Amino acid sequence: MTDFLNDWGITLMVFTPLVAAFAMMLLPGKPDIIHKQVALGASTLTAVWGALLLFNFDYDSASVMQFGVDRSWIDVVNARYDVGIDGISLPLIALTLFVVPLVILYSWNHIPKPGNAKAFLILTLILHTGMLGTFVARDLVLFFVFFEVVLLPMYFMIGVWGGEQRLYAAIKFFLYTLFGSALMLVSFLALYWLTGSETFNMAQLAELVSTSDIALGTQVLIFGGMFMGFGIKVPMFPFHTWLPDAHTQAPTQGSVILAAVLLKLGTYGFIRIALPILPDAAVEWAPWIGLLAVIGIIYGALGCLAQTDMKRLIAFSSVAHMGYVMLGISTLTSFGISAAIFGMVAHGLITGMLFFIAGSVKDRYHTLEISRLGGLLVQAPRMGWILGFTTMASLGLPGLAGFWGEFPAILAAYNPGGGLSQPLFRVYMVVAAIGTVLAAAYLLWLLQRTAFGNPSEEFADNPEITDASKLEYISWVPFLIMIVVLGFVPGLIFDVADAPVSEMAEVWVVK
Amino acid sequence: MLGAELVTQTPWIFETVWLIPGIMAASFMLILFFGKRLPQKGAEIGIAAIIAAFALSSFATYTWISEINSGSEAESYEALPAATAPIGFGSAVVEPIAFAGEEGVVRGAPIITEYEWFSVTDPMQESVAAKSSAPAIGIGTWVDGQSIMMLFVVTFISMLVHIYSTEYVSGDRRYTHYFAFLSLFTASMLFMVLSTSTIQLIVGWELVGVCSFALIGHWWEDKPNSDAALKAFLTNRVGDIGLLVGMIILFFAAGNSFSIEKINQMAVLSGEDGGISQGVLLAASLCLMAAVMSKSGQFILHTWLPDAMAGPTPVSALIHAATMVVAGVYMIGRLYPVFWEGLSIYGSNINAMAFIGGLTTVGGGLLAFVQRDIKKVLAYSTVSQLGYMVMALGVGAYTAGMFHLFTHAFFKACLFLGAGSLSHACHHSFDMKKDMGGLRKKMPLTFATFMIGSLALAGLPPLAGFWSKDEILVGAGVWPGTEGNGTYHIPFIFGCITAALTAAYMTRVIWLTFFGKYRGHEEPHESSWRIRMPLVLLAGFATVAGFLNMPSGFVSAVGLPKSWAHKFEDWVEPEGVSTFVSKAQNGFTHAKPSLSLAIVASGLVLISIAVVWTYYKKLFAKDEMATEYTDGFMSRMPLLATGHKILTNKYYLDHLYTDKIAGTTKGSLAKVSYWFNQNVLDAIVNSAGSVSAAAGRALYKHFDQGVIDNAVNSSAGAASSSGGVLRRLQSGQVRQYASLMFGAAVLIAVVFVFALGERG
Repeated sequence: MTDFLNDWGITLMVFTPLVAAFAMMLLPGKPDIIHKQVALGASTLTAVWGALLLFNFDYDSASVMQFGVDRSWIDVVNARYDVGIDGISLPLIALTLFVVPLVILYSWNHIPKPGNAKAFLILTLILHTGMLGTFVARDLVLFFVFFEVVLLPMYFMIGVWGGEQRLYAAIKFFLYTLFGSALMLVSFLALYWLTGSETFNMAQLAELVSTSDIALGTQVLIFGGMFMGFGIKVPMFPFHTWLPDAHTQAPTQGSVILAAVLLKLGTYGFIRIALPILPDAAVEWAPWIGLLAVIGIIYGALGCLAQTDMKRLIAFSSVAHMGYVMLGISTLTSFGISAAIFGMVAHGLITGMLFFIAGSVKDRYHTLEISRLGGLLVQAPRMGWILGFTTMASLGLPGLAGFWGEFPAILAAYNPGGGLSQPLFRVYMVVAAIGTVLAAAYLLWLLQRTAFGNPSEEFADNPEITDASKLEYISWVPFLIMIVVLGFVPGLIFDVADAPVSEMAEVWVVK
Repeated sequence: MLGAELVTQTPWIFETVWLIPGIMAASFMLILFFGKRLPQKGAEIGIAAIIAAFALSSFATYTWISEINSGSEAESYEALPAATAPIGFGSAVVEPIAFAGEEGVVRGAPIITEYEWFSVTDPMQESVAAKSSAPAIGIGTWVDGQSIMMLFVVTFISMLVHIYSTEYVSGDRRYTHYFAFLSLFTASMLFMVLSTSTIQLIVGWELVGVCSFALIGHWWEDKPNSDAALKAFLTNRVGDIGLLVGMIILFFAAGNSFSIEKINQMAVLSGEDGGISQGVLLAASLCLMAAVMSKSGQFILHTWLPDAMAGPTPVSALIHAATMVVAGVYMIGRLYPVFWEGLSIYGSNINAMAFIGGLTTVGGGLLAFVQRDIKKVLAYSTVSQLGYMVMALGVGAYTAGMFHLFTHAFFKACLFLGAGSLSHACHHSFDMKKDMGGLRKKMPLTFATFMIGSLALAGLPPLAGFWSKDEILVGAGVWPGTEGNGTYHIPFIFGCITAALTAAYMTRVIWLTFFGKYRGHEEPHESSWRIRMPLVLLAGFATVAGFLNMPSGFVSAVGLPKSWAHKFEDWVEPEGVSTFVSKAQNGFTHAKPSLSLAIVASGLVLISIAVVWTYYKKLFAKDEMATEYTDGFMSRMPLLATGHKILTNKYYLDHLYTDKIAGTTKGSLAKVSYWFNQNVLDAIVNSAGSVSAAAGRALYKHFDQGVIDNAVNSSAGAASSSGGVLRRLQSGQVRQYASLMFGAAVLIAVVFVFALGERG
C-alpha cells in the first residue's frame, strides 16, 4: 500500500478530477444528474486518495517531501514532473480536498443561470486539478502550468455564470492575474539561467542560489517579479482591485472556491518559492510586504465599512484578512509563517462559508443590497445563526479558527527575524491589532443590518424566503465543524507546519 | 522538596476542577442540540449542570479552606507523576510549584495542572535542534485562593440567576437560547478564571465577551438592543488591542512564554537574575490597563456598561455586575507581580491603575444621580464600585480589592435581581419616576432585600460592603497609622467622596421606588418564590460576607475567637504575594486597620444618607407624586445646572465615540478610502487595460496575427470546444491580450537576463 501510494498517490489525487472531466465531456449534456453524480463521485474519490496520503504521511518528518515522484516531462526545457507533499502544502491540500466536494454538493440544486450543469461541473473539476497540482508541484515550470490552469476555468465561471457585469469582472480577473504571472515567469526563467541550474526543482534552485554569487540587487529584482505574480493573486494592496469585482460577479460556487483556495495560491507561492529560494531578497522586501499588509488590513476594513452590497463587503474583507497572512509571512519567523499557513486555511473555511450564505441570501431575496435586507434571523433562523457564527469566526474570535491566523501573526511582528527593524514591525503590530477592532465593526454591523431587526415590508411575507434547505445544511455543517475544531485544536495545523517552516526560517534567526 | 514525611497527596478535586467549566460547556451543547425538545425547553439541563458545578465548586472551596487551616501540619504536596491527560490535548504535566522558589512548596501555593495545547518552535530560536525546548502553549487549571474564590462566586450567583430566570424570562421567544448562553457564559468565565497561560486567558476573556454580546442583544428585534450589543463588543475590542499587545510584550519578555507562572516569577526578579526590566513591565501594564478599562468598565471605556442594561435583568446581575465585568480586576490579580513592578505600586503616591480606578469610582458615582432608570443607576454604581476594586489593587491593597470583588458580587446581584423583581411587578418598566414609588408596602420582601443590598453597597456597618470598603480606604495608606504600601492621597480622597456619593444615590433610589405614592398603573404584587428565594439568599450573604475578613483588633475587642480574624486574607491571598520582594527590596505589606477611619467613613455615609433623606422627605411632604423639585432649584444655581447638563450627557463621551469616532470611521473615512479605491487604484487598472487593448488592436491589425496568435489559438481551442460559450465572450480579445502579455514577458526576460547576467 505504502509503495503504491509513494509511486502513484499524488498523481491519482491530482488527476482524478481531470479524468472525470474528460469523461463528462463525452457524456451527453442531459440529464444533469449524471454529471452531478460523476463530479461528486470524482471529487469524493479525490478526497479518498488525499485521505490515504494524509493517513500515511509521516508526521514526524513533516519537513521532508513525501510521496515524491520525479519523472522527466518536457526535456527540451528541463522541466520535470516533480511532485511531493510536506507539512507546508499538506494543510492546503487538505483544505482543497475538503472544500471542492462540498461546493459540488451545494451545486446539486444551485446551478447558477444560465444553467448547463455539465460545463459548470467540468470547469469545477479542472479547477480542482489545477489547485491540487499547484500545491504538490516541486518544479517551477510544473507549478507555473498548474497555477495558470486554474485561471481559465475561473474565467469562464465568472464570465458565463456571473452577475450583471460578469464580462468586465472576468476579463479583469484574467488579465490582472496573467500580468502578474508573466512577471513571475520572468523571474523563474531568470533564476534558471542565472544559477545555471539543470532543473527547475525548487530545492535545488534554493541550494544553488545560496552557493552562487548572484548579486543581492539581482535577487531583489527576481523577488520583485515573484512578488508581482503572487502578490496580485493574494491580493495585496494596491493590486487588489480585481478581487471585489471578481467576487461580486462570480456565481456562489466560484466565489467560494476563489476565496477558499485560489487566493491561497499567492500566499503559498511566497512561502513555497519566493522565501526559501531568495531568503536574502526576502529580508529586503519584508518591510515593504509588511507595510502593504498592514495598509491592506486597515484599508480593506475601511472599504468594507463603505460597502452597500453584502457580497462585495465579504470580498473586501478578504483584502483585510489576507493582510494578516502577509504580515505573518513578512515577519520571517517560524511562528509568523506558521500563523500565515493557519490563516490561509482558516480564511478559506470562514470566508468560503460567508460566500455560501451570501449566495443563499441572494437566491431568496434576489438582492444583496444591505439596506433592503434585515431580519434574517426572523425569517430564516438557521441561516441567521450560521451567519452570526461565521461573522464571529471571521472577526477572529478566540476558540474559533480565525483567531489562530491573526494573533500569532500579530505576535510574531513584535520580534521579526532576519534582522528586520523591530520598531517598524512593532508599529505594524499595533496597526494590525487596531485592524481587529475594525474587523469586528464591519462584520457585526453587517450582522446587525442583515440578521437582526424585523424583516422589511418588502420581504416580510415573501414565501420564497425559507430557511436553509437540507442540502445547504449538509454542505455547510462540515465547514462549521472544522471552524470549531481548528479553533480548539489548533495543533492540527501548527504541529504539521512547524517543522518545515522552522527549518526554512532558520536562515533568518538573529544570532 | 521537604522531607517525605511532610508530603501529602494533592486533593483530587484540585486536579479535576476542569470538570466545573467542562460540565457547563457540555450543558451548552446539550441545550443547543436537544433543549427545544425537552419539557422545560432546556432550562432543566442548565439548572442541573449549574447545581453540579456549584456543588463541585463548594467542595473545592471547602477542601481549599481545610488545606489552609491544616496547613501547619502538611506544608507541601508531593510532586505527582505525570498523569494521563483527561481532555486529550497531549500529555499532562502535573506540577505543583512554589511561588517563592527554593524552599519547597508553601502553604497556599497554586496548584497548576497544565497540558500542552500545541507547541511551535521558539520564534526567535528556530534552530531545529532547540525544538525540544520549544515553548508549549499551555492549557490547564490554576487552583489557588483567588481562583477558588471566583469559582464559588461565579457558580453561586449563576445558580441563583438560573433559578430566577425560569420565572423572569418564562415564555420568552428565545428561552432555550437564553439558557444555552447562560451555560456558555458560565463555562467561559470559569475557563478564564482557571487560566494557566495568557493565551487561555485571552480565549476565555473573548468568549465571555461574545456571550455578553449575545445576551445584551437577546431581544435583537429592537435596534437599541442590538446597538447596545455592538457597542459592548466593539468597546471591548478596543481594550483588547491592549490585551493582545500587553500579552505579546510579556510573552517575549518572559523568554517566549505564555505561562502566567513564569511571567510572574520573572516579573519580580531583578535584571541580573534574569528578570524582566521595569520599563518593559510598565509598557505591558499600561497595555493591559486598556483591557481592564474596557472589560471592567473603567473610565474612559466604561460607556458600554450602562447600555448593556438592554439585556434581560438576570443577565445584568450575573454578567454586567457580579462576574464578567470583574474579569479585568481578576486579571490584574492574576498577573499582580507584573503590575506591582511595572507600575511601581510600592512606595509611590500615584500610578495609572490607582488613578484610573479613583477617577472611575467618582465619575461613575456622579452619573448615577441623574438616571431615572433603576438599572442604569445600578449600572453606574457598578462602574463606580469596579473603580474601587481597581483602585484598591492600584494602591497595593490586593486583599482589599479581591475582598470587595467578593462582597460586591453578592449585594450587587441582590440589587439587580431586586430591580428585576420590581420591574416584573411594574409591567416591565425600569423607570423609577414614571412607574414606581410606594412599593414598600406592596412588595415587602423585595423592599427588605433591596434595603439590605443598598446599605451594604453604601458601606454601612456591619454589612458586607462596609468591611471591604474600609479595607480599601485603609490600604491607601494615607490615614495616620495605616501604613500601606504607599501613600496614595488622591485615590484616598476619591474613595472617601465615593463613599458619600454611593450612600446618597442609593437613598435617592430607595425613596423614588419604595416611598411616596405608587405612580404606575395596575396593581403591583410580590413576585413568586423563584424570584424571592435568590433575593433572600443574596441579602443573607450581603449581610454576613463581610465578617470573613474582620481585622484582628476588632475580633479581640468584641471577644470573638482569635482565629476568626482575616479569614479571607488567609484563604484567598496567594502566599506569593506576601513574599514579593520588589526589585527595590521593598516587600508587600498589609495596611493596619484604623478605628478612627472606620468611624469617619461611616459618619460620611450617614451624613449623606441624612441629607438625601431630608430632601425627599420634604419633597414628598409637599407632593406625594413628585419626583423632583420643580420650583427652579436648578435655575438658581447655574453651576449646578451646568454640572447636571454634563452628567445627563454622560460627559459627552458617547457623543465623542459614537458620533465623532465611529461616525467618521464608517462615514467619511470609509467613503474616502472607497472613493480612492474606485477612482484612483481601479482607474489605473482600467486605463492600463484600455491602453493595452488599444495597443493590442493596433498590433493585431498590423503584424501579430501570424505567429504568436496561432500558438495560443491551439491551446485555447481545446477549451473552446467545451461549449459555444467561449465565442460569446469575445474570447479572441482575451487571447490577444494573453499572447501580448506572454510575448512581453519573454522579451523582458531576455533583456533582464542579459542586463543582469554578469553574476554579481
